[in-house]
Amino acid sequence: MVYDNPDGVRIGLEVHVQLNKLNTKLFCGCSTDYHDDEPNTHVCPVCLGLPGSLPVINEKAVEFAMKIGLALNCEIVGQTQFHRKNYYYPDLPKGFQTTQYDYPIASRGKVIIEGEDGERVIGVTRAHMEEDPGRLQHIGSIEKSKGTFINYNRSGMTLIEIVSDPDMRSPKEARRYLDKLRSILDYLDVFNGDLEGAMRVDANVSVFGGNRVEVKNISSFKGAERALLYEIMRQKNHVRRGGKIVLETRHFDEARGVTISMRTKEEEHDYRYFPEPDLVPMRVADKVPDILKTLPELPDAKRERFNSQYGIADMHARALTIQIKVANFYEEVAAKVDPKDAAVWVADILKGELNYRDTDVDAFKVDDIVEIISLVKQDKITEQSGVQIIRTILDEGGKPQDIVVSKGLLKVEDDIVAKAVEEAIAESPEAVADYLAGKEKSLNFIVGKVMQKTKGRADAREAREKVLARINK
Amino acid sequence: MAAWTDISGIKQRIEASSAEEITASYLETIGKSRINGFTTVWDKALEVARGIDKDGNSGPMAGVPIAIKENISTTGLSTTCSSKILQGYVPPYDAHVIEKLKAAGAVILGKTNMDEFAMGTSTESSCYGPTLNPWDTGRVPGGSSGGSAAVVAAGEAPLSLGSDTGGSVRCPAAFCGVVGLKPTYGAVSRYGLISYANSLEQIGPMATTVADIAILMDVIGGYDHRDSTSIKKENTYVDSLKDDVKGLKIGVPEEYFGEGIDEGVKKAVWDAIGKYEDMGASWKKVSMPHTKYALASYYIIAMSEASSNLARFDGTRYGLRVEGETWHIMASKTRAQGFGEEVKRRILLGTYALSAGYHDKYYLKALKVRTLVKQDFDRALTDVDVLMAPTMPTPAFKIGEKIDDPLSLYLADVNTVPVNLAGVPSISVPCGFADGLPVGLQIIGKPFDENTILQAAYSFEQNTDHHTKRPGEVA
Ligand SMILES: [Zn+2]
Repeated sequence: MVYDNPDGVRIGLEVHVQLNKLNTKLFCGCSTDYHDDEPNTHVCPVCLGLPGSLPVINEKAVEFAMKIGLALNCEIVGQTQFHRKNYYYPDLPKGFQTTQYDYPIASRGKVIIEGEDGERVIGVTRAHMEEDPGRLQHIGSIEKSKGTFINYNRSGMTLIEIVSDPDMRSPKEARRYLDKLRSILDYLDVFNGDLEGAMRVDANVSVFGGNRVEVKNISSFKGAERALLYEIMRQKNHVRRGGKIVLETRHFDEARGVTISMRTKEEEHDYRYFPEPDLVPMRVADKVPDILKTLPELPDAKRERFNSQYGIADMHARALTIQIKVANFYEEVAAKVDPKDAAVWVADILKGELNYRDTDVDAFKVDDIVEIISLVKQDKITEQSGVQIIRTILDEGGKPQDIVVSKGLLKVEDDIVAKAVEEAIAESPEAVADYLAGKEKSLNFIVGKVMQKTKGRADAREAREKVLARINK
Repeated sequence: MAAWTDISGIKQRIEASSAEEITASYLETIGKSRINGFTTVWDKALEVARGIDKDGNSGPMAGVPIAIKENISTTGLSTTCSSKILQGYVPPYDAHVIEKLKAAGAVILGKTNMDEFAMGTSTESSCYGPTLNPWDTGRVPGGSSGGSAAVVAAGEAPLSLGSDTGGSVRCPAAFCGVVGLKPTYGAVSRYGLISYANSLEQIGPMATTVADIAILMDVIGGYDHRDSTSIKKENTYVDSLKDDVKGLKIGVPEEYFGEGIDEGVKKAVWDAIGKYEDMGASWKKVSMPHTKYALASYYIIAMSEASSNLARFDGTRYGLRVEGETWHIMASKTRAQGFGEEVKRRILLGTYALSAGYHDKYYLKALKVRTLVKQDFDRALTDVDVLMAPTMPTPAFKIGEKIDDPLSLYLADVNTVPVNLAGVPSISVPCGFADGLPVGLQIIGKPFDENTILQAAYSFEQNTDHHTKRPGEVA
């Protein structure tokens, strides 16, 4: 199957990732653990841009950025250099943003995703470091606000901006790219994606080879997919009606799910970039070998290893390696039970239940799932009961053994089943006769009776086999 | 008037009476000032001096008063860059140099007047009004550290700190007849210095003697982890003070004696070079061919950096705010009312020089010239140990004489700005008089070789008496 991209959609994404797992901000010693604290409590002269303050580079941030660059298969620049990007905005305390311009720390990388028709390589144009501005909080709506507060706790947080080539052909591919990016960042342990503002997306979209439209202020991956769907539809309709797509920047209104024109490119800023005189260039190329040694096994490599080491289905390997936590969880389970059983139980069953509850694998214990799988394998409980135990643990808590007892899930002894089969057949001569006459369905009536007599504790499949064996004897 | 004295003189007087008495006598002199050199006097100065008397601080500057330029951040003490836009701004932190001074036991007397945001050569563009030259109150004290130089010259403070972006310490030192050092870029942390042009400026000490400059440098110099351009210093500055210039090789750059130089200035400087010869040094002419492009390059770089540095003054968080309907209107109105003419001129020119269409034509070209100017210094200073030249081409000019003609004002910086472009150290020492006004001899050294220029300046001082002359004493 070949995805021929009938609308000529081209999507490029700019993703801002906040490196919130660094202890201090990019240019000062302020703590980055501000999310639950009062506004303006994690600030100093540097991140407030007070007159006379000077930035000093956080070397750990540079290391994190290099890790990301290398994980995205990028080339690392010989020496870092920061520039000033000059523009006026109330959340920007210095009137400029310190960022990387013509020498981004990493460039020309690639990310492999599951595309519309198999694997696709998405180019990474560049990944550069910059500082986060503060945050505006309006009193009431933006239009009618009586005033605005500024919280500078976020000011000076390290951001990595990852810019892709316009290689994605559908919102689905864009979503897959974002998921893959997040997966890689999770593996690198450089950020906590669950914190507010950890990943922010701007998208560039064009159709039919027309002009590129930038959609800004997308705050979630789901939002990105919706914004792209809307924007592609809008552009297609516009072209169909004979309109021309102009180069412009649009804002994504999350609540209404639409994009709104902000400004056309002609009015765009002249940022007057120039090298930041207060930060001396830093040679980073020499550090590459050491950083490479610290890189963990990344999702693609892990998936391949899972395939070969555990002999599991590729679909399972993929599902298990998207999140590092899940991959680690799986490996612990696979060490204690048959890895193939573990794959089915973790990838298909447990992950499904976790997704349904919008929670993650931390909510479950390795030992519990191991015990459940073992009980099923030892034929002590049915597969159905296993699922029931997982649900119970997630919803109410408890240990598998206790749940088995309290819910009476242990498979009943064979002789009890055998007795129930005898009774059911004895009580249903007509059904037996019908079955022997070729009416397959009448067998269900007898099996139902067996289940009734065992209060559902018998395995339906087994009960059916036993009934058949008895009748055919 | 408090005695026109140096650190050792003050220490003797503290021995005899107390730090409190010394501080009180300076405060009294400041109270009677007629030169408008101080913008704010610190109300805690006496308290600090009393504390030193009580605890017996053993720091190298225990009880020694000092004046600080308006652009160096001081906790609890107004720091406005002599601009309306920062009126009312009191920093919540001390500059690195202030921390060092406090630890050394210095007593901060107050803040001194300057050209608004250090942009100027005359201290006339201050929102506090001009500072007057103590030698002739109809004349300017030089700029932009005019207040810091004038208060030392007038005996209102024995020492002061200024900042030098294109000559802002050396020019007023020359005009006011005091000693002023522009250290090597990186020798003194800039943390807390409100930036005008980051890549060019350094905090520099001013005093009546070279020895005091060395003491002050030992206190404020060295590495600071908060300024990544600052550099660790191995030896001390005071140790370099030897009365000996035998064998010293002096280079005299022809280009620094060019058009527009005052005859009296020229004579005083050549006399000084002659004196060095008498003391056992030798000199030769050297050529620094890119000097003529230095001014243009300097102003483009300085203005470009200034346009960015001054963007933060928007009325949002501190200083002046002129209310407006929206944030943009508020910020525009604040900046329109808060900044003076020269500052606006430089912001506009800097913005222009950096803008997309002109970036390569102006800013990048200026950077290239800067490299050539640096190479001039490297080349000249391989043959000779130091360079000597007039600090300023003329003595102090009259108040109002040049303020409306920015170009002629910019030309006055012709001998000082190349030093900032190259980042090398340079000191201005009094070397005589022209028409009764002080003349400064500029001694320029290799990067981080302050020791050689301090020694050269010290020897000159030991063998001449220009630096002992006080305003009112020269006919
Ligand atoms: Zn901070």
